[in-house]
Amino acid sequence: MSTKTIEEKQYLLRFKCDTKSHLTVLDHDICMTKCPDKICTVFCPAEVYKWEGTRMQVGYEGCHECGSCRIGCPYQNIKWEYPKGGHGIVFRLA
Amino acid sequence: MPEKFDVIVVGAGPAGTSCAYTCAKNGLKVLQLERGEYPGSKNVMGGVLYRKQMEEIIPEFWKEAPLERPVIEQRFWMMDKESTVSFGYKGLEWGMEPYNNFTVLRAPFDQWFAAKGVEQGVLLINETVANECIVENGKVVGVRTDRPDGDVYADVVVLADGVNSLLGKQLGFHKEFRPDEVALTVMEVINLSKEKINDRFNLEDNQGCTIEIFGDSTKGNLGTAFIYTNKESINIGVGTTLSSMIKAKLKPYDLLDYLKNHSMVKPLLAGGESAEYLAHLIPEGGYHSVPKVAGNGVVVVGDAAQLVNAIHREGSNMAMSSGKMAAEAIIRAKERNDFSVASLNSYREALYNSFIMKDLEKYKDAAHTFEHHPQYFREYIPMMNQAMSKFFTVDGTPKREKQKQIMRSVTGAKGTFKVIQDVYRAWKAVK
Repeated sequence: MSTKTIEEKQYLLRFKCDTKSHLTVLDHDICMTKCPDKICTVFCPAEVYKWEGTRMQVGYEGCHECGSCRIGCPYQNIKWEYPKGGHGIVFRLA
Repeated sequence: MPEKFDVIVVGAGPAGTSCAYTCAKNGLKVLQLERGEYPGSKNVMGGVLYRKQMEEIIPEFWKEAPLERPVIEQRFWMMDKESTVSFGYKGLEWGMEPYNNFTVLRAPFDQWFAAKGVEQGVLLINETVANECIVENGKVVGVRTDRPDGDVYADVVVLADGVNSLLGKQLGFHKEFRPDEVALTVMEVINLSKEKINDRFNLEDNQGCTIEIFGDSTKGNLGTAFIYTNKESINIGVGTTLSSMIKAKLKPYDLLDYLKNHSMVKPLLAGGESAEYLAHLIPEGGYHSVPKVAGNGVVVVGDAAQLVNAIHREGSNMAMSSGKMAAEAIIRAKERNDFSVASLNSYREALYNSFIMKDLEKYKDAAHTFEHHPQYFREYIPMMNQAMSKFFTVDGTPKREKQKQIMRSVTGAKGTFKVIQDVYRAWKAVK
């Protein structure tokens, strides 16, 4: 079967997770008070960002390291680094 | 005293490896850093590798490289909700030496290519992030890695660190990219038997087909979708500018699933088994977004220099050519023992005199035009479909009358002047 949901898609991947997040929301207040759309929760291709009512939950473990959130955040509120060498996503095919 | 190299190449994609390979082959001492577990583990592309620029680095590479299929047919679909207007070209000359292009899977391919560099003497270190360039007296002299005692030095640092190029930004060569300068693309590799692929795409073994899909594949947003045949799998993907994704509030994976379930696409994939899902940014800012590419002790190549021709889906070939040109400039600089910007600017000159910058210049306004005038994707593609449907449906209406009706439906909807204006604007953007 070909996948139908993002959960199934993410399940196909191999991640070598670091214990520390390479993605940091700089100021959670900005997400809360200035950003009604919370657009990162929409365009992130791995559904890394989830709004939890008062705080942005960052599931860095499933990140594809594409960089969209850093560029697309309307408030430049995301500090984006590469995971430590050898960590993060490991593509096996394409 | 830490070890010093002639060249440090940051990144082991096509641009970095072309540069490292060429430098090492000419006797330079090269360190290549890769942040992933192996070269290719962080790299993504739709899957078309052009023969010409690869061959200029490794002649007859197709005899040993891990390739999927030589592409003998390129199709283009202007797709609406329940129809598509298609055109394309199939030619058997593309199925024999020297070939035109191939489908590839990047993880195996990039590992093979990087290993060719190692054969030439490149010291490849995986699992190492270059966190910053070390700058002394206005000159890049090395990089600081995330390894203990991780400072390494060289006469020239090559930034082949991909679309996000944090190092290029650190040096002030470019600002943060805008959402309309990058395309967010997601794809899946779907396993399917060789027999099914051959039957569904009208191919024989060792013949490949590519389909580029415009229109409803992106729900009318600025972008494209693609379907490429591998030996025993299919790469299917879709992308739009990040700005379009934001504006339309699209989830990229929903768009991919929409495409996979589209009535024009679904039968091609039936029975397939998903094997991998990948997301990546493509630098699509074009000519105006190309940063400074040479500085004191540093050059920038490939995606890090925004070298992608989105209209013709060329990127890895430009990466390879730019890597090779950078290597040639470094070799000349080494002969003079001068690694200043004035010396390394011979790379910039070569780049701007090559097909790369000439092609980017040709299409410099295209992305802007199509981003700001969404009617091409939203209105004209459905109109084309309706026109073809009308013209080829036999209903007793004389053909000349049909032509008149089609012209009236096009000009009637928008007004003759608007249509002429749109055609002229599109022609100007791509001429």
